[in-house]
Amino acid sequence: MKTGFYPGCSMKGSAREYSESLLAVAAALGRDLPEVPDWNCCGATAAHNLDPDLALALPARILAAAEKEGMDEVLVPCAACYSRLSVTRHELLADEALRRRISGLVEADFRGSARVLNIIEWLAAIPGLEGMVKAPFARRVACYYGCLLVRPAGVVNFDRPEEPQSMDLLMKKIGAEPLDWAFKTECCGAGFSVSRTDLVAKLSGLILEDAVARGAEAVIVACPMCHLNLDMRRPNIERRAGKKYHIPVIYITQALGLAMGLPAKKLGLQRHKVAVKFPAANSAAKDI
Amino acid sequence: MRSDNHAHPAGPALADRVLEKTGVDVARCYQCGKCSAGCPLAADMDFPPSQVMHLLQLAAGFPEYAELALRSHTIWLCLTCEICYCRCPMELDIPKVMDALRHESLAQKKTNPKARDIIAFHRAFLDSVRTTGRLFEMGQVIDYKLRSGHFLQDMLQAPWMFLVGKLHLLPERVRDRRLLGRIFARTSKAKEKRP
Repeated sequence: MKTGFYPGCSMKGSAREYSESLLAVAAALGRDLPEVPDWNCCGATAAHNLDPDLALALPARILAAAEKEGMDEVLVPCAACYSRLSVTRHELLADEALRRRISGLVEADFRGSARVLNIIEWLAAIPGLEGMVKAPFARRVACYYGCLLVRPAGVVNFDRPEEPQSMDLLMKKIGAEPLDWAFKTECCGAGFSVSRTDLVAKLSGLILEDAVARGAEAVIVACPMCHLNLDMRRPNIERRAGKKYHIPVIYITQALGLAMGLPAKKLGLQRHKVAVKFPAANSAAKDI
Repeated sequence: MRSDNHAHPAGPALADRVLEKTGVDVARCYQCGKCSAGCPLAADMDFPPSQVMHLLQLAAGFPEYAELALRSHTIWLCLTCEICYCRCPMELDIPKVMDALRHESLAQKKTNPKARDIIAFHRAFLDSVRTTGRLFEMGQVIDYKLRSGHFLQDMLQAPWMFLVGKLHLLPERVRDRRLLGRIFARTSKAKEKRP
């Protein structure tokens, strides 16, 4: 079984700590994650909004490159890239004429032999993860899945489209206490971070408000867009809400790395806008 | 039903074209409103998703409703979060309908003026990918500023991003950029002039 790695553009830039923490965890687990050769951008929201062919062609070239390299599965940690690759694979496998046309467009034969894996699927399949925990991540956490990890259900075939549980189970494995809360799969505003920051501040503010109201000490995310909006857009959220939120937003791989005893710097925690700190009062309250 | 409107630019066939492009038969929507109830941005839209479906149903007899759908702000505000599709009792893929309406709206040059910034951002994104094969975040933001005129936005964010190592001054590039160029040239929107 050969597993390839599709980082996507944001993990090389604004979300580099997601990539750093994933690779640090993978190294500690003894897993090799070779990148898909000469990968390109998946097209993200822009391509499917503006150009239907491009929205299929860009992911098809990525998947075809992974297949050519003999990869049986491709780990796609960014939930937005995961969605675009999953949708493309689903649509091309359902329509032979479309598969041929798009294959011709990208000058490579997409066959669909490489599965698309999200970060939770990849982590959940690692046996004995509990045994790797050296410093239990004993925090009350709000697991924030966002939209695209779990929807559309018929395309991603992963967990429940609302009220999913897989990330909660992973958090339990590392000693955290996942909370019941209402915004697990509500949208953060995603790609409007720059063009409609006002709407992102509104939607992401609602998410933080519920997490804080339920006593969460951290929001756990599995998507660079979710992180960008909940962390880097914090000043915009606070200006709109008229109040401060101190709750840190942590990638699932960072929480795992901390539990495995990896140094915070290797996990890129210093790159966050909102400091990853847990007030003493909060840690006392966690015994409840 | 009026019969004299068949030459209307949006055409009475919008629902048919949506069906052809997406496989979604909008006539099956019975207006339960669950999509609008779940939509995170329904309150910011000119028509919530269920009303867009209704506009498409009515467009067969009244082409001006097709115009309203294509010129709506809604189709650009849709985030494709998929909650409407998830909850639709008829399992109608509304986000896919929104994609199809966006493409029609662009092709017929009927985009809502309020969506200018959103579309400018998407165009800047694809420009960046076309040039280097991967998104170059700084290049995209500069391109967006030029397109949208929002020169001062996030001026303080950039130095911070640079300090924490999140902003690269040089783009990552795909080796086979000529292939990327050919792919862009072959796709559906390539023949349209990109403003």
